[in-house]
Amino acid sequence: MKGKAWKFGDNINTDEIIPARYLNTSDNAELASHVMEDADPDFAKKMSKGDIIVAGENFGCGSSREHAPIAIKTAGIACVIAKSFARIFFRNSINMGLAIIESPEAVDATAEGDMVEVDLAEGTITNVTKGGKYTFPAFPPELEGIIAEGGLMSYVKKNVTQ
Amino acid sequence: MGHTITEKIIAAHSGKDTVSPGQFVYADVDIALGNDITAPIAIREFRDAGFKKVFDPTKVVLVNDHFTPNKDIKSAEQSKIVREFAREHKLTHFYDVGTVGVEHALLPEQGIVVPGDLIIGADSHTCTYGALGAVATGSGSTDLAAAMASGKVWLKVPESMKFVFTGKRGAWVGGKDFILAVIGKIGVSGALYRAMEFCGDAITSLPVEDRLTMCNMAIEAGGKNGIIAADAATAEYEKGRAERKSRIFTSDPDASYVVTHEFDASSMRPLVACPHLPENVKPAAELSDIRIDQVVIGSCTNGRISDLRIAAQVLKGRVADGNVRLIVLPATPEIYKQALKEGLLEIFAEANASIGPPTCGPCLGGHMGILAAGERAVATTNRNFVGRMGHPKSEVFLSNPAVAAASAVTGRITDPDEL
Repeated sequence: MKGKAWKFGDNINTDEIIPARYLNTSDNAELASHVMEDADPDFAKKMSKGDIIVAGENFGCGSSREHAPIAIKTAGIACVIAKSFARIFFRNSINMGLAIIESPEAVDATAEGDMVEVDLAEGTITNVTKGGKYTFPAFPPELEGIIAEGGLMSYVKKNVTQ
Repeated sequence: MGHTITEKIIAAHSGKDTVSPGQFVYADVDIALGNDITAPIAIREFRDAGFKKVFDPTKVVLVNDHFTPNKDIKSAEQSKIVREFAREHKLTHFYDVGTVGVEHALLPEQGIVVPGDLIIGADSHTCTYGALGAVATGSGSTDLAAAMASGKVWLKVPESMKFVFTGKRGAWVGGKDFILAVIGKIGVSGALYRAMEFCGDAITSLPVEDRLTMCNMAIEAGGKNGIIAADAATAEYEKGRAERKSRIFTSDPDASYVVTHEFDASSMRPLVACPHLPENVKPAAELSDIRIDQVVIGSCTNGRISDLRIAAQVLKGRVADGNVRLIVLPATPEIYKQALKEGLLEIFAEANASIGPPTCGPCLGGHMGILAAGERAVATTNRNFVGRMGHPKSEVFLSNPAVAAASAVTGRITDPDEL
């Protein structure tokens, strides 16, 4: 995946990613039309499919609303690179299949508008604009199992008999 | 090496003698919880995956509490999805307008969650139940869908942090101030992925409802769970409510903690978290020149009967400032009825409060008290993020119910000692 970087700061919370005033729907496309609205009101209009969010510490803190990774993924953001993720946002992303990467080095080295290339299999982030390359470790095998199945529901379906 | 209460409860729910931090387990859940915002997505996931029945209709709890009584057509449609699913699967614990309360006030009150439980909920404040000596953590809708189908959740065993509170707490200081002190000290990511264990003589003497307030906000420090070992006060609280038998777990004396923080309750004063993060904590007395437009007393954090008693104690014989809209939302129908019996609602009404139904309402900027641009509120709720209670240019200050009530009277942030 290769896309333009959109930079955000620390502690971007799920109220900023998808404000509660829009949670009266669970329609993915409608949620996506308001993605990041209270962090950057014009974000949904400015971004293009395949772009990458690059953020600081504790991305996705606050509410457990899975509407947040749904809005990001449905809007067409290819992946989120952050210094760290809040834990519920982290598990929601694993469970529903939004690519997320922790890499403080890549975040520090990336400016808004840089072209960034991510190779999930190889575990590398390349800042095409500036030339830097950064590696990130694979997820633990237990999470790789969920990711490989395409998300938690497929995994549970396969491993649970009713 | 000994184990913490969190490790012991997770081990007991995953068929293992012991577990250690960092280990992944699939744990059995005692309760899987969802609400009118998170459950519709979980129900869609559950159906799309082809599941036909829930793992146990007594253990899936659905609560229409966020946008209820429904504020618009869209939210009514969301509630309807939940209602129909609850009926289809004959769920024992489904709560709708009339019986519904704010979920994290409702479940402990009704004895649906008990000491020793492992609970997941598609709501971040599910961590509240740790106050009863349970492991309870927030998750997303897909986690809820998977738990509704399988009765299980994947968990990474967290490292534990210990917070020791000692000394006799002063007037107008409660669980809200304890937890704001913690968040102010370690920050909103200070407990990321970790268990937050609270103990000490000031916790032993802290009423259970204040403990629920403390564990409720563990998530505001990034914590996986907040937990307080069940004791005599917990046993007393559970009498006449607990639907299932309690299981008592305690941390071993040689259990391992990544860090221990100590707090002197006797020197604490009422605190306020300033916009736009719960870590921006200052003594209420230092903020006395900040004018406010609204006060909200309610929520899963501080909408319980003890909170309303404190607010009424401050408001009795007083009236809200003419520039302040005072909103009181008893968190459950039982609390509402009790407040009615005790005359608290009359005190609020005489103080010009608008008394609303049990609902999450304005806490998340849902309805029943939304702020316009430039407006400020003091709220007994749990979050003060940008736009949390309405317009992105509005502000929320978080406090205990005594500070909120005193601020309503003066029209500015006020330490109740000032009155």
